[in-house]
This record gives sequence, C-alpha cells and structure tokens, in this order.
Amino acid sequence: MLDKLINFASWFFVTGDPLIYGADVAIVVTVIAIVFALTYFKKWGWLWREWLTTVDHKRVGIMYIVSALLMLFRGGFDALMLRTQLSFPDMKFLSPEHYNQVFTTHGVIMILFMAMPLMFGLFNIAVPLQIGARDVAFPFLNALSFWLFFFGAMLFNMSFVIGGSADAGWLSYPPLSEMTGSPGVGEDFYIWGVQISGIGSLMTGINFIATIVKMRAPGMSWSRMPMFTWSVLASCIAIIAAFPVLTVTLALLFVDRYLGAHIFTMDGGGNAMMYVNLIWMWGHPEVYIVVLPAFGVYSEVVATFSKKRLFGYASMVFAMMAISVVSYYTWLHHFFTMGSGANVNTFFAISTMIISIPTGVKIFNWLFTMYRGRLSFPTPMLWTIAFIPCFVIGGMTGVMLSVAPADFQFHNSYFLIAHFHQVLIGGAVFGYFAGLFYWWPKIFGFKLNETIGKWAFWVWNIGFYVCFMPQYVVGLDGMTRRISTYGWDKGWWGLNFASTVGGFLMGIGFLFLVWQIAHSIKFMEMDTTGDPWGGRTLEWSIPSPAPLYNFATTPIVTDRDEWWEEKQRMAAGKAEKKRQELSPIHMPKNSAIPFLQAICWFTAGFGLVFHWLWIAIPGFLGVAATLLAHSFNYDTDYYISVDEIKRREAAARRTV
Amino acid sequence: MKFLSIVRRFAAFPMLAAITLVAAGCKSMIVFDPKGPVGSQQRDLIYFTVGLCLIVTVPVLLLMVWILWRFREKRSSEAPYQPEWSHSTKLEIIWWGVPVVLILVLAVVTGRYTHELDPAKPLRSDVRPVTVQVASLDWKWLFQYPDQGIATVNYLVIPEKTPIRFELTSDGPMNSFWVPQLGGMVYTMSGMATTLHLQADEPGSYMGTGANFTGREFAKMAFTTEAVKRADFDKWVADAKASGNALTEDSYRQLARPGTSGQLTFASISPGLFHKIVHEYSMSRGAPAGIGRKAITLSGGLATEHTEGGQLAPDSEPSVHAGHHGHMIHGSDSAQDQRK
Repeated sequence: MLDKLINFASWFFVTGDPLIYGADVAIVVTVIAIVFALTYFKKWGWLWREWLTTVDHKRVGIMYIVSALLMLFRGGFDALMLRTQLSFPDMKFLSPEHYNQVFTTHGVIMILFMAMPLMFGLFNIAVPLQIGARDVAFPFLNALSFWLFFFGAMLFNMSFVIGGSADAGWLSYPPLSEMTGSPGVGEDFYIWGVQISGIGSLMTGINFIATIVKMRAPGMSWSRMPMFTWSVLASCIAIIAAFPVLTVTLALLFVDRYLGAHIFTMDGGGNAMMYVNLIWMWGHPEVYIVVLPAFGVYSEVVATFSKKRLFGYASMVFAMMAISVVSYYTWLHHFFTMGSGANVNTFFAISTMIISIPTGVKIFNWLFTMYRGRLSFPTPMLWTIAFIPCFVIGGMTGVMLSVAPADFQFHNSYFLIAHFHQVLIGGAVFGYFAGLFYWWPKIFGFKLNETIGKWAFWVWNIGFYVCFMPQYVVGLDGMTRRISTYGWDKGWWGLNFASTVGGFLMGIGFLFLVWQIAHSIKFMEMDTTGDPWGGRTLEWSIPSPAPLYNFATTPIVTDRDEWWEEKQRMAAGKAEKKRQELSPIHMPKNSAIPFLQAICWFTAGFGLVFHWLWIAIPGFLGVAATLLAHSFNYDTDYYISVDEIKRREAAARRTV
Repeated sequence: MKFLSIVRRFAAFPMLAAITLVAAGCKSMIVFDPKGPVGSQQRDLIYFTVGLCLIVTVPVLLLMVWILWRFREKRSSEAPYQPEWSHSTKLEIIWWGVPVVLILVLAVVTGRYTHELDPAKPLRSDVRPVTVQVASLDWKWLFQYPDQGIATVNYLVIPEKTPIRFELTSDGPMNSFWVPQLGGMVYTMSGMATTLHLQADEPGSYMGTGANFTGREFAKMAFTTEAVKRADFDKWVADAKASGNALTEDSYRQLARPGTSGQLTFASISPGLFHKIVHEYSMSRGAPAGIGRKAITLSGGLATEHTEGGQLAPDSEPSVHAGHHGHMIHGSDSAQDQRK
C-alpha cells in the first residue's frame, strides 16, 4: 500500500529539482499560514460573503488586479531565471528541458494570466464609474468570468509542481505540441488552463459591450463617452471576434491529443500550418486587445495632467476602431517565412503597415493634448510619457518587421523578441501601471506614495532599455529565440550579459512597486476629496472609495468632460446641476454559483489532463448542475432603501 | 528646477538607446554584413525602411521633448494655455496624410521586393544552380546533394558565386533554416517541401542555425556553411565520395532518432530518400491517443532522462515513458505499445 502511494506520488508530483522542492515547501507554508490566519481572525465568513460570492464590479476588479500582480511576480521570476541562464555562454543553471518549460510558462502567464486580468481589472474598476452606471450589464456573468480566469490560471500554474509544465512555446505549435512531440501532461495543462480562462475572457467581452451600449447615463451619447470606455469597446469587439477562434483551435488540438485525431499532426495528412494560421487569427488580435485599453488609459491620463481637453477626439475614436478591425487581417505576418508565396505575403505586409497609421496618429493626438496645456508629472503621467518614446521605437521596429522580405532576416531572432517586449511592456504594461496608479485612490480610498513610485518608475524604465536594446543587436547578429544556451564562439556574451543586468533592474523596479504599495497601506494617506488628480470624467464626482451603488442618483450628462465642466460651473459661482430625487436602488445579490461552477470547470479540466474520466465527468456534470441551478434561481436582486442611501452618503461625505 | 531635470531625463531615454546600439555596433552585426545577393538586398531594404521611419520618429521625439519642456506647470509660465482647444482640421490632415504617404511608398517598395526576393524564385545567374536537400531532424541538420550523390550532417559546403537551390523539409517538428549572411530564413515542415534560393559571393565560413523551436536540444541545431571556390568544391565532393560511409535507409533511421550529432559526411545516398521523408507523412501509422492510457508526467519520464551530448541517439529503444518524440514515428507498433 505504502509502496503504491510512494509510486503514485513520485509520478504525480514533479521531482528531482531542488528549486521545485523549495517551491513545494513555500506553497505548503503559505497555504497553512493563510488557513491559520483566516481561522484565527475568524475571517472565513468575511472571505465568503465579501469576496468569493461577490458580484460587485469593484470587488471583482480588485480580485483581478491582485491575481494579476501575483502572476506578474511569477512570470517575472521566470524571466529572471531565463536571463540568468543566458547571462553567460554554456551556462548550466537550467537544463534544456527546464529552460523550455520556463520560457513557455513565462509567455503564457505574462500574456494570458497577467496582462489580460490586469486589463480586465481596470475595465471593472473604471468603466461602470465612467459611464455613470451602477454595475456592469451582467454582474453574475462578470463574477463567473473572473472565477473562470482564476481557476484556469490555477490549473496552468499547478503544473510546475504536479505533472510538469508545458514546454512547446506559449502558442504551442504542433507537431511539437502533439502527442508525438510532447507526450507529457504539460500540454494538456496548457490546453485546459487557457481554454477555461479563455471562456471567461469571451464572456467579459460580451459583458462590457452590453454594458457600454446599454448602461450609459442619460445624456451620454456616443460622442460624449470617455476615451477609456471607447478603448474598452474597441478591445471587447476584438475579443468577441477572436476568442472563439482560440477556443476552437485548442479544442481541435485536444481532440488530436486525447482522441488520436489527425488535424494538426505530422502524420495521416494532418497539417500543422492550419494550427499556426488559426492560433494567430486569435493571437494577433490578442495583442491589440491588450494594448487598446492601455491607449485608453493614456488618453485619460494625458488630458487630466495637461488640464486640457483630449485633442482630436473623433480622430482617436476612429483610429481605435480602425485598429480593432484591421488587426483581424494581419495574422500572417507572424509567419511570412512559411512559404506562402509573394502575393499572400504582400497582402499581409501591407495590412500590417496600415495599422501603423492610426497608431501613429494617436501619438500625435496625445502630444497635442499636452501642447498648450499645463503639465504636471505624478506617476500616472510619468508612465504615460515614458510610453511615447518606447512605443515610437517599438512601432518603428514593427514597421521594419512588416516588410516581408526583410522579415526573413528578423523572424524568430532576438530582434523580434526585443520588438514585442517593447510594444507589450512599453505599450500595454506601462499603460496598465498608469491606469492602476491613476485609479488607485478611487479603488481603495487612499493614495500611493509618489516618491517610492518614482523610484519604481526610473529603475524599471532604465532596466527596460538596458534589457531590451541589446536584444535588437544580438538578434541582428543571428541569435534566435528559445535557445537554451550558446557558445563563446558566437560573440553574443556581452550583449546578453547587459540584457540580464537590465532584467534584474526591472526586477528591482518591481520590488519598489511592492514596497510602494506596502508603504502606502501602512501610512494610509486617505483621499478625502474623491477627486485627487483634478479629474475630468464621472468617476471623480463620487467619493473614494466608490460606494457600493456607485452613484446615489444617476448623473445626467451634458458634456464629454462632464465632471470638469461641472467643476468649472461651480467655480464660476453657478448653481450645482440639479440632481434627481433619491429613490431605492436596484442591486444584484451575491451568488456562490460563479465560484462553484469555476471549481467544476477546474475539476473537469484536471481530470482530462490526467486522462481520469472519473474525475472529468463529474466535473462537467457539476458545470451543468450549476448552470441549471442558476437558471431556476429567481432570488437574484434586492433594493437599497432611500434611508440606507442617505446614511451611506452622509458617512461618505463626512470625510469630505 | 525639478521639472527641468525630469524633462532632461526623458530626453536621455532615446540617447541611452542610441548609445547602447552604437557601442554594440562596433562589432558588426552579421545581418548587416551579407555575403550574397539575397542578403545584400534584404539589408538595403532594412536601411530604406529605417530611413523612411526616421522621417516621422525623429520629429515626434523632438516635438515631445519640446512640448514637455515648454508646457510644464510652473508659477510664472508665459506659455499659452488653451484648455478648450481640442481640434484642428489642418493638423489632423497633416498627421493622417504624412504617414499615409510614407506607408504608400513603403507598400509599393515592399510589394516589389516581396516578389523580387520570393525565396521560391530562382536567382538570375549564368551558372547552373546546385541543389541541396535539407531535412531538419531531432536535433541535427541533414544536407543531401542529389546531383553529387553525397550527404552531410551539420555542415554545408557550397561553391561560391553559384546559386544554391535549397529544398527544405522536416522529419519532426517545424524548424527554420537560416544562414543570416546569405539571406533570410524559410521554415522546414514535415510532409511538404519548401524552396529557398541563396548564393554566396565570396568564400568564407558563415553561421547557420535553426530558428524555430523544436524541443529539448534545439540550441544544438547550429551548422556551419563553408563557401569555397568551385575547384575546391569539386575536390571536396570527390573526397566525400571516397570517404566510404553510405547513407542507407537504415543508417538514416538511426540518424533520425532524437539526439544531437557532430559533423558527418556520407559518400552516397539512398535514392529518393528526400522524397521518402516528405511523403512518409501522408500515411497514417496510428497516432497515439491519450484516452484510456496512463498520463505521462515529467517525473515519470523526462526528469530521469539524460542528454546524449554530441552523440547520435543511443542504440537502446526509447522507454515507454521517455518523453521525447520520435519513438512513435519510427516504430510502427510503438503506438500500440503505448496503450498499456
């Protein structure tokens, strides 16, 4: 019996690596600590009522952001391991197998489990508040989306201590990712982790489109919508067009692996090129999905800290919509070298270049928002300004890559690596940081320490350039991506070493960020105004943190920069705008079903990873049961009485 | 002057980037040091694209620095402040128009060069091309010279000033064949043959590498490309033919097993081997399915396996648990074996 158990454990758990044992111990200790703390402080009920079953968009947003920062830590740690392995030629820090797993998880985590949730967190926090809504259109669905993302991410992450991680690259190209190339469970963890969280992402896309189309405050016509909300709309349109493609592609790969089909195999007439096309039909829009909301954040931040209206509103909206549509017609530029023929390559080269036009226009519009403004430079603005040169350089290398015949020399080299890190970090992540610092007081009610924030900014940015500029050069010197080691004879050492130093600087920047947050929690400098930055849009017209119901009375919008104009009116001594009478507020009730259903999905995925149908089938049955239970649940809403609103408003205003 | 220092530090960003590039540029980058007509044209195209982009990017960066400096908030600013100014048709026309024109130019040039540098298109030359059939294996390169009847592993010898027609395929995952100093890469894919034409203009030893990830020993998939004078090439072929080693179907199967390899030379090749490699995959030999089979974990197989550095794969049959691919391809019954 004991023998059997030991056999099972040594098969089930990842063994043989001291790093992993260290991680095992850390995980066990952390779990025990959390369980102990929750029990000791009697917080289980609080956790269940306030977080696990919440459908409040602000809470869901906070959970997204916290998860994303944890994932940033894991993905960043992966990155530092990769950089350490590449810091010297013939380095023996990671074995090739381990290296392959680490770069795969780094990519998957950073895009799908860091960038996406951080972005969804900002959607959740800002969109309903910006458009004067009480919540998103489908609060239940919103909570379900979050839990699907969370358990999808957990399923993927647990592979590093159980069973072994995926090691075929973040897009998992077959035939390498097929049973013949990757017989281990890693690829199945990848398929189900991404699949489950992908369903959540698709539902978020639907939810926010419905929210933006149907839930805007009276008077907020399309042309009065804040730019961040526009960017969310553009991004969500791309989500609902692209994510079904991902779902189908991964499902087909799973059918190949689990049922022995021949869709993408080397064998039996399967065609891997089909997978590469399909995955990039999702993958290319995906990079615009993550960068468009960042563009929205920059637009809000630039206008606020220039104390000036956003320049070229119509042009900005048009540019964003154009990007969201054209991004669907450029996927083939990820594999010009597949031999598609000159006509096909020309089409996709030109469609790719075309995207640089609206993107460039946006840069001009941001610059001219600052022109004849009054610029101040707190951290959200610093990240926004740092984004501009970073994106200009990254955009330029992007245009270079789009020239198909030249791409034959850049493809899969470190030049490409440097390019996409520059646009994804300099474009998307800088924007999320700007947004996080910008809306932080609105989310939590206290401000972040600016001094430490500036340290984080400078260390991170200097580290960024030291890390990625050398990679352009070493790519042009013939270094290809995903190699686990290189020899002294190649002459790549100096540049790689510099890049590693830069990577660690970024790591230190991240520590500053953590210190900044910890310090600010300790010294809690409250935002008593509700409008710490001199904001322009509706979210700054309510107290910080936003009350449960957001707006006591639904605002009536008469201007694009509604709150800014209202403040101008008040400063000019005019009467405050007439508010509606208070009336009971209709609110959604908490629900445990999203959490439970996501656990069922997790169970089903886990069972399929290990070929255990006796776990997978009950998992799917659980999904069906929770769906049914929700369909027959009519007790989903309640009202907040006028007295209660008055009491809460008075409490919030007392601090004003 | 706090803001002054902020602005100055922002200006330092692109400077920092430029310094890094220039410092590193002292050592020439091989993509910018091409030794053949294809690589040269690609380099020129890169220079042209950079030049065109700089027309926009340099003014944008300068404009940014100036705006940040001029309109920073300070007590006695004489800079104009127009908080309501948010539209200018004239300016919009300029910054939509200029990029449109530049991209139009770039599109025309790209379209022309995409056809001109189509890798499947033979190079213009009076010299008769030499054909090399390339197969990416796990984890080594096999080069067959069908006209000369010889083959090599992990090194290429080509005559200078002669167009080389590469026919590319893969016996295993998708890889990419890249000799940067001769020109750009093309994928190698199982079940099909892609074509790439390159030429070396002068003798020399050029680095070649696989550029698309293929698993464990992917980093070892580098090869050297020796461009030599025609007479030396002929002599090398004669020497190779005299070396005695034959690439039969059996020795190919041995070679194709997962593992790394040193440089090898074969005096003869089994006729039609390249096409066999390509067509092998049109038939189904029973793909392994996960259903009903015990899942393979990292601990169960990969972790206990060791790399065979510098050697061909070991003679022993790969174990059922062995995580690498290949054993299901070459053993016709192994898929059945897997279903224990």
